[in-house]
Formats: sequence, structure tokens, C-alpha cells
Amino acid sequence: MKKSYKIDVDCANCAAKMEEAAKATAGVLDATVNFMALKMKVEFEEGADPQEVMPRVLTACKKVEDDCEIFFN
Amino acid sequence: MNKKQKKNLIRIIIASVLLIILHFLPITGWIRFIGYLIPYLVVGYDVVLKAGKGIRNRQPFDEYFLMAVATIGAMALAIYEDGDYTEAIAVMLFYQIGEWFQSYAVGKSRRNISDLMNICPDYANIEVENGQLQQVDPDDVEIGSIIVVQPGEKIPIDGIVIDGTSSLDTAALTGESVPRDVKVDDEVISGCINLNGLLKIKTTREFGESTASKIMELIEDASSRKSHSENFITKFARVYTPAVVYAAMALAILPPVILYFTTNEITFGTWLYRALTFLVISCPCALVVSIPLSFFAGIGSASTQGILVKGSNYLEILSKTKTVVFDKTGTLTQGVFEVTAIHPSELDARELLHLAAHVERYSKHPIAMSLKHAYGDEADNCSVENIEEIAGHGIKATVNGHIVHVGNAKMMDSIGADWHDCSTHIGTVVHVALDGKYQGHIVISDIIKAHSSEAIQALKRCGVNQTIMLTGDTKKVADYVSDALHIDQVYSELLPQDKVSKVESFLSQKKNPYDILAFVGDGINDAPVLSRADIGVAMGALGSDAAIEAADIVLMDDDPLKLATAIRISKKCLRIVKENTWFAIGIKLLCLLLGAVGIANMWAAIFADVGVMIIAVLNAMRCMFISKYH
Repeated sequence: MKKSYKIDVDCANCAAKMEEAAKATAGVLDATVNFMALKMKVEFEEGADPQEVMPRVLTACKKVEDDCEIFFN
Repeated sequence: MNKKQKKNLIRIIIASVLLIILHFLPITGWIRFIGYLIPYLVVGYDVVLKAGKGIRNRQPFDEYFLMAVATIGAMALAIYEDGDYTEAIAVMLFYQIGEWFQSYAVGKSRRNISDLMNICPDYANIEVENGQLQQVDPDDVEIGSIIVVQPGEKIPIDGIVIDGTSSLDTAALTGESVPRDVKVDDEVISGCINLNGLLKIKTTREFGESTASKIMELIEDASSRKSHSENFITKFARVYTPAVVYAAMALAILPPVILYFTTNEITFGTWLYRALTFLVISCPCALVVSIPLSFFAGIGSASTQGILVKGSNYLEILSKTKTVVFDKTGTLTQGVFEVTAIHPSELDARELLHLAAHVERYSKHPIAMSLKHAYGDEADNCSVENIEEIAGHGIKATVNGHIVHVGNAKMMDSIGADWHDCSTHIGTVVHVALDGKYQGHIVISDIIKAHSSEAIQALKRCGVNQTIMLTGDTKKVADYVSDALHIDQVYSELLPQDKVSKVESFLSQKKNPYDILAFVGDGINDAPVLSRADIGVAMGALGSDAAIEAADIVLMDDDPLKLATAIRISKKCLRIVKENTWFAIGIKLLCLLLGAVGIANMWAAIFADVGVMIIAVLNAMRCMFISKYH
């Protein structure tokens, strides 16, 4: 399953870091962050619940870049 | 300006003012240091914090780390020599100014582009009981609901007009400024602006599935497909930053140690200063920001002209297009057929047309439409059964108990009918056989589009050196069209699968693997070819999901000249990306070299970092402004 979320982040490099962090989160198969459109596309693993995975993605992203936000509600 | 930008601007101003005041205060020693520490912390506290965080997360080599080490190092040197703290603070100050400018410029172009592409309305009008209109979230409108679109409003959801007439402005979707007239029973697509009449529309799709939403999604996703240039920069930055840090460390330690042992001179201060200069220069931000920005702006400006590019990677390779393969019908010609001659062998002319029209009863093919149109009243009480479409041949059906074949020469050959070609008219010849016996033919002609010839010329000017036309049509028609348009090669009488194998053979004949082959079709039955070519371009795709799905680049209206415009946009974007890459890397390398031998000081380093970034961002923003083809 693929979903797209609006994000807020300051710099292109930070967006790349968010992408790495999101990809490494359990339950996420693949993720791409589009800095220009301020969007994050997340492909979830089979059977993963986005509502359960996304808070962990946010925590992982905050860890590498505390100035970021993902709007998943 | 958003809240964060305002806050950062205030910090920059306060730090600058403090710096100027401190410059005139007659303080020395530790008080002087503490005095200067205030503006440093005001402008740089977040950078130092982030650098610390990076180290804690074991990802130390980023721009914050570079800046923090460089400035703290410069401060320490200044304490040691009780010298000038201004340089250290200026580095941080200009770094923040650069960051602020970058954030402002990116935000500004992001807004500009989304304004340009703002085709999705955020409400739909629904009529409630007493005839009043209520604005609702278009996501909540179910298929089959009736929505009302007032003059001046955008159509939010695809549907069919059930009441009212009006003209629609499709410019936001197609770049075409001539309004389109609509009346009851016409299909309308979302994103068009209703110009004058009140329209009631029965929706045929959900909001998320409607044309405007689909297009928005496509454009926003486009920059996620990264180009080679972007991938190159990401890889470059990954190697480059640590490399510079280690080089700086080597520069701080090795030369002074060697000098100390050889000449007994103590030069640690000088070399530390040079190493710090190194760190300031090294920040790769100019590249990391300006290259995606160029592609984003290029994709945005293309979409305002009705050209949807589905990825930065396609925009990048489009500039290297050397061969363009066209489908004929609907691409170079209008695909609007008209019956121009009826040549029966035995039957009455009207009867021949009658049979042909019946066989084509359920077909939506342009030829079928023109036959039905020419006959007029096809829906009479004749019985039409067992309709069978034979791809690349024609259609066979039972009309009033007789088997009728309507199709091309190949079909006549396959059933053994004794056919003959038309000797007087150039066009598509539709042969008719009744119970296997040849009955004559109908000639249907297509018209070449007004801009086709101009488009071929424009493509040649854009560096395309070979144009090829593929068509299922007869050789006579194909030659006629290709001569009129000066097309280099033409292949006629092809079945859909032949087109794929033709394109495959062109691909294998490429002299240089970096030369790009683009295929342009109307997307109706050439999806396999669209996906096989290096770049598939679908044309006139407004409202056709299959074409938008299969193609890499979608021309929203059916003007072939748009392809030349797309190539020009691509070339301009690529030129800007190259300029920025070489300019940024060149200046940085030069400053690194000069810094290592002590010619470039901290101020040159600030220019190499912030100045280069500002110039690169401004240059990237030029991608937004691209003139139309005249």
C-alpha cells in the first residue's frame, strides 16, 4: 500500500535525511521525500497499518532532523 | 515569509547590529570575548545544537558540523591571539543569511509554481432543497451527484452536463486559450473554468479520480523520480563532505608538524586558520538545493503550457532526443475522417455505405465514426449480429443474415475477395464484401494538422536529426503525408504489434546509446509502443487515463508543436543545471586551493559558500520562465 503525506522541512539535505530515516523504519518498504513539493510517499509492507507505522516514522525523522513535521492525521 | 523565516531574519538583524556596536566599544581581554559571544550565540545557537545532535546520532558530517567547527575554531584562534572575533561571527552570520535566502527563494518558487498549477478547486456546489447552493468538500461528492458550477468557477469533478450551456476555458490544463463550447450531454473535465453560463453537471468520477486531481498528483510526484544529475549530486555530497573534513584535519596537522621539525618554526595558528577556511568553503548546499529546484521549476513551467512531464529523469533525457517517431493518425493528422468518395461495384452507393455503417455500429474508431456520420441514421431496424473485430484488418458482422466484411486490403485477401484499389482518391480505402463477394470501397480522408509541418521544422532546430512516421494506413496515404511534412522515413501498413517491433529495431540501431528515441502517439492503441520507447509522448490526452498512465510525457492538447517546446524547456533546464554544477564545484575547488596556500581568507570562503549558493539558486529560478514557441 502506498500513501502520500504532506511534510514540513527546511532544507533539501534534511529532506534526504528524513527519507533515509523513513526507509529504515520497520513496516516501511520504501519511502521517497520530495523536498520541492513537500511530500512524503510511503510504501508500507504487507499487512502494516499506516496509523501504527507513521508515528514511528515521525520519531525516526525527528531524531535526525528535529525541525521536521509529517502530517498524517 | 513564514514564522520561522521572520524569526531568523530578526536574529540576523540583532546579531549584525551587536557586531557593529561591539566594533566601536573599547573593551579587551575576556570581556571582549564574552561581548562577542553574544551575537555569535544569537545567530548561531541552532547550528551548534544541530551539530551536537549530529554527532550524538553518529551522522556528524553535515553542513552544521562544518559550520560549528569552523566558527568555534576561529573563535578559539581569536582568543589565543586576542584578535579579531568578527570573522568567526561573520561566517555564521553570512551562513544564516544564505540559509534564510535559500528558504525564502525556495518557498517563493514553490508558491509560484503551485499557483500556476492551481487547477484543483477546493469545494463543489451542491443544490439543496430550496434551490440554494451549498459548498461542500469535493471529496465527499459521490459518483452520480449533481453539482452546480457558476460562471467564473472551476469545475471540480469530471462529469456530464445535464443542464445549461457555456464556454469553458481549458488553458490551465492545455495551455490552449480558445474556449471550448459545451452543451447538455457533453462530457466535461475538472480543472476547466466555466466562463459564462450556469452548468449543472452529473459527476462520473470521484474527486480523487478526476482529471484535475490526477494531474496535480502527477506533477507533484514528478520531482520524486530523480534525475541522474540529482543522484550524482547526492553521491557527490556523500563522498565530498567527509573528504573535505579529513583534508582540513590533515592541513591543520601535517604542514605545521613538518615545518616544526624541519625549520623549528611554530606555525600551528596559520595552518589551523587555513584548515578552518577549508571547512567553510566546503559546504555543498549550493548544489544540493539548486539542482532539484531547477527540475522542479522546469516541470512546473512545462505544465503551465499543457505539457506534463512525469519525472525529472524524463525532463533530463528529453534534451538528448535525436530521433522522433510519430504515429500518423491523431498525431500529425487530425484523426477526423470524412468520407470523400464511394465507389460501389454493383450495389447502390447509399446501400454500400449503409452496410459499412452497420458493421461499425459499436466501434469508436475514427473511421467507424466517419462512416456512421456519413450515413446519418445508422440506428434503423436492421439486425446486426456476431460483430467481430480483427485487429489490423477490419470488422466482420452479420447484417440482416448476410456476412459483411468491412476492412482493408489484407482483410479482402484473407477472405479471398477480388478487390481493387481506388484509382482516383488518396485516403484510407475501406473495402466492403458481402458474403465474401467484393462490393466496392469507400474512401475516407484525414486532414494534416495546421502545426504539423512547423513542428517537424522546430524539432529539427532542437537537435532532432531523424523523424520517422509509422502508420497502419496505406502506403499511398502515408507517402502523401510524409512528403507534405518532409519526414525522413515512413513505414506504412503496420499492425499495432509491428509498430513495437519497428521501434525496437530503431532502438537497437542507435549509434550512440545516449541518443534518445521518443515516440509520439495519441495514446489510444499505442500504449505498448509508448512504454517501449526511451520516452513515450502521448498527445491530446485530455481525459484519457490509459494514455496518461502509459506515457512519460503527456501533451494535454493535440498540438505537435508542443513537443518542440518540451525539448526546449528540457534543454534550458539542463543547461542551467550544468552551469550551476560547474560553477559551484569550480569556485569551491579554486577557493579550496587558494585557501590551502593561504591566499584566500575567511571572507573568500564565505563567498564560496553563501555567494555561490545565492547565485546558483537565482540561476535555477530562471527555469520557471520559458517563452512559448513562436
